[in-house]
Amino acid sequence: MKEAVHISGLASAGPDLQELLGMVARGDQDAFSQVYEAVCGPVLGLVRSVLRDPAQSEEVAQEVLVEVWRTAPRFQAARGSAMNWVLTLAHHRAVDRVRSVEATTAREHKAALLDRTPAFDDVTEQVETRLEREQVRRCMRTLSELQRESVTLAYYRGLTYREVAELLAAPLGTIKTRLRDGLIRLRDCLGVSA
Amino acid sequence: MSDAGLHTLTGAYALHALPEPERREFERHLGDCAACSVEVLEFSETATRLGLAVSAAPSRELRERVLREIATVRQEPPPGGRRTRPGATGQHGAGRTRRWPAFALAASLAAAAAFGGVAAWQNQVAQDARQEARAAQEANTRLVQVLAAPDAKSRSGTLEDGATGTVVVSESQDRAVFLASGLAEAPGGKVYQLWFDDGGTMRSAGLMRASGDSPTTYATLLDGPVDGATGMGVTVEPAGGSAQPTSAPLALMSLPA
Ligand SMILES: [Zn+2]
Repeated sequence: MKEAVHISGLASAGPDLQELLGMVARGDQDAFSQVYEAVCGPVLGLVRSVLRDPAQSEEVAQEVLVEVWRTAPRFQAARGSAMNWVLTLAHHRAVDRVRSVEATTAREHKAALLDRTPAFDDVTEQVETRLEREQVRRCMRTLSELQRESVTLAYYRGLTYREVAELLAAPLGTIKTRLRDGLIRLRDCLGVSA
Repeated sequence: MSDAGLHTLTGAYALHALPEPERREFERHLGDCAACSVEVLEFSETATRLGLAVSAAPSRELRERVLREIATVRQEPPPGGRRTRPGATGQHGAGRTRRWPAFALAASLAAAAAFGGVAAWQNQVAQDARQEARAAQEANTRLVQVLAAPDAKSRSGTLEDGATGTVVVSESQDRAVFLASGLAEAPGGKVYQLWFDDGGTMRSAGLMRASGDSPTTYATLLDGPVDGATGMGVTVEPAGGSAQPTSAPLALMSLPA
């Protein structure tokens, strides 16, 4: 039995999850169940934030988690944190799904777009992520309204910047710029840069 | 689209908000632009923090389903073969085959420095170094220490022929690392030599070393302390290097303040 590895919800850049992924890459199912515990909450939360539908979200979250197992040998720590790798995967999967659904149920999608409920308020709060949530909320408040809406619609709702521009009735160039300068502000506020 | 226009797409790209043709165009640009590449990595980590903030409690059934399923799903072989399978998942292009730009090493080293996510690099570098002389091992360790320093700062610039250089400085360690990629081998048995620029006086900082990964990628710990140098340069010198530069510099970069 291996020694238990402590993983907090905040260990996005910590070595623990990285090490575990390395073990998963060598086929260690026990390590995978620990990775599962560390990432399942954020994966499901992010997927649900984009897809909204709980049943579909669980389905996509399952696909993502199995893909983490299947493609763990591809993870390279030098290209970003382990949590980044997992959530990038989750976001891509959710966005792919919402964009394919979009084609068939355009009207439903549009209704979802118009629902501007802040993304964090509609998910179950977990103790270990409260700190992260508070910090993100605080940093979100430092953005201009247009920056905040652009980042939220693109990331939490999975819209393309063109859809964001249409929804907010703003020029394309403005939305591109707001996404970038909004992220610069968030990056600095969250202390992501050196 | 103009290059200036492309630089502003880092945010949309990192959030997966670029529609298909524009995503491809931007990825081509990423291959030539270290600044955008580093910014994309930073934004992607920023987005991860946003993702962590919406964590939700999954059902017990999800756990059971996933653990049951992985017992029957075969893992991909570790990369090593250069070939990526169609539909394979790359770190920044899930569901799409994605070839990383040539300077990804430099950008990722700088990013590793920026995020402190360097533990695995340390392992990898230590592993590589085992096959090398002890001196080289020490240099590698120092190199990683500079990149991993909490106060590490980097600056990127373009060398000739689209090659990219990134200099990373740790003030607390008073050392610097130079990363270059896409740089052709020095002509005719010559070498690339690095220099500290002490207000116009060039002080040798040793020869550039190709990294294990690729002959056009270099990661070098500059010899000696930064010691207040304001810049650094690269020249082509005869084998073994020179005491003073004997050719015009390929690049002169000021050090990040
Ligand atoms: Zn650029």
